[in-house]
Amino acid sequence: MTKRTSDTAKGSGNALRRRRTLLAWGFALPFAVIFCVFMLIPLVSSMTMSLTDITSRDLRTPFNVNFVGFKQYLTLFSDARFLHSLQVTAIFVIVGLPITMIIALAFAVALDKGLQHVNAFFRALFYAPVVASVVAVSVVWRYILQADGLLNSLLAMIGIEGPDWLHDTHYALPALMVMTIWRNMGTLMIIFLAGLQAIPEELKEAAAIDGASEWRTFWSITLPLLKPTLLLGAVLLSVAYLQFFEESFVMTQGGPLDSTLSAAYYVYQKFGFGQYGIASAASWVLFVIIALVSALQFRILRSDD
Amino acid sequence: MSATTQSAIIPDNKLSLGQRFIKGRGISYIILALIGVVWIFPFLWMALGSLKTQREILAKPPKLLPEHATLANFTQWFTQLNFGSFFTNSLVVAVITVLGNIVFCSMVGYALAKMDFAGKNILFGAVMVTLMVPSVATFVPLFVIISNLHLSNTYAALILPFLCQPIGVFLMRQFIGGIPDALMEAARMDGAGELRIFFQIIMPQCGPALATLSILTFLSSWNNFLWPLVSAQSEEMYTLPVALSLYSTGQNATNYSVLLAGAVLVITPILLLFVFLQRYFIQGVAMTGIK
Repeated sequence: MTKRTSDTAKGSGNALRRRRTLLAWGFALPFAVIFCVFMLIPLVSSMTMSLTDITSRDLRTPFNVNFVGFKQYLTLFSDARFLHSLQVTAIFVIVGLPITMIIALAFAVALDKGLQHVNAFFRALFYAPVVASVVAVSVVWRYILQADGLLNSLLAMIGIEGPDWLHDTHYALPALMVMTIWRNMGTLMIIFLAGLQAIPEELKEAAAIDGASEWRTFWSITLPLLKPTLLLGAVLLSVAYLQFFEESFVMTQGGPLDSTLSAAYYVYQKFGFGQYGIASAASWVLFVIIALVSALQFRILRSDD
Repeated sequence: MSATTQSAIIPDNKLSLGQRFIKGRGISYIILALIGVVWIFPFLWMALGSLKTQREILAKPPKLLPEHATLANFTQWFTQLNFGSFFTNSLVVAVITVLGNIVFCSMVGYALAKMDFAGKNILFGAVMVTLMVPSVATFVPLFVIISNLHLSNTYAALILPFLCQPIGVFLMRQFIGGIPDALMEAARMDGAGELRIFFQIIMPQCGPALATLSILTFLSSWNNFLWPLVSAQSEEMYTLPVALSLYSTGQNATNYSVLLAGAVLVITPILLLFVFLQRYFIQGVAMTGIK
């Protein structure tokens, strides 16, 4: 804080600065209180809880628990289900992310040029799934994907016998991915469109005059210039995909045979069983992974400036 | 293609509608329209299904249109499933969350954008942390804290943690940063206090940003799931997504006509908002995603 001095001129300067600081923190007070109570304290206690044997029985006496060191983390990493949930989450991100990006980029390029009003219509159409509640669309997709549902009826018309998508260990996760891609594509499409529109038209025109094909212009001019936007989109979406939970909760309850058990679902299950210590440890592992990916995001943003 | 070279010679308004259609890549529009129908089909299928009777919805192969369209599935939500209570909960939580964010995010945004003070970096760091920490990382201790504050199963538990969200802070900081200092200086000359400057000079300028902020906050509150699922423990506190998810995973898991009606009821308010206020939704994504 500001130091008191006997020098009057300096003193009044300090007083002014102190007043300004007080005032600014006054404006920040609601945020600061909410941050401390609902973010900082939970984050610190989550770390603390992950080092204790706290369970739901200690809910009213959270300080009356035993310190167990890193035992919860050891238990966690020797639990095949947790490792499996990390694997499911990784597959979900590593496969789902590039596909979402390619589709979003294709839509963004298709809607970058042409009639403004028609483009705006399509943009809204393809963005619409983003605004819908995941729970609600999961219910709809479960109905479409059930053994004798719409998808399999359509497949039957062309002579294919579709599997029972959500009750088959091979198809449940891919089916969830398709729905997630459908629901999230719009966000990336909008971000990519903004990126495309920031590329100066003259560059593309110059390439065209030099005789470059449209395809060539896209590869050599548009795509390299779009790189920061693409990276940003990749990070934003991977942070979201790393936390996937609702889709599994409504569509498969993590099944069949844990084939759609995500890391976030694992945390929720341990919480549901009242094992708060291990749930906290698992949530910290997931958080560290997410933070690393986010850190990447800020590095990308900074190198962009 | 010749689209780019042609555009250099003939201005848009000199072309006939047909030519403009070709120039605007007619074929790609036809393809987009076909994909668009498939893209939006889950919503149509949901709406059609919600009007079917329990018998019709189990028909093999499924029929596109309901033969005996009925509103019985919706009536069931209103008469037997407490829809009124779920809807009220969702709405109350969303509206209060929006109001809180409008005031609180603008306040921090103002401090960060227009003031120079000790600890500014700490404050900014705190906003960053909030942005980065996912709810899955904090919900367990948050539940313990809320329980010990005797707030579990109350509106307060559903609302308080979301009253000042980091996305909103960034949005307001960026927007307020663009308001000329001269406006504030002039008011200061006239002897206006800081609070008056904020409420009478700054806030009235923030209309467009506040519209985007309200839409974003309403959307995230309406669709929020993990925390309401954890903190609402009895039926009278369920929000719509929580009620729908628990109904859909319980013994009525295959009662699809009622489930689809529930999905319609959850999605329709947001879809209506989206249709009418589309600009703000898309601005919000572009603003928060890019910067």
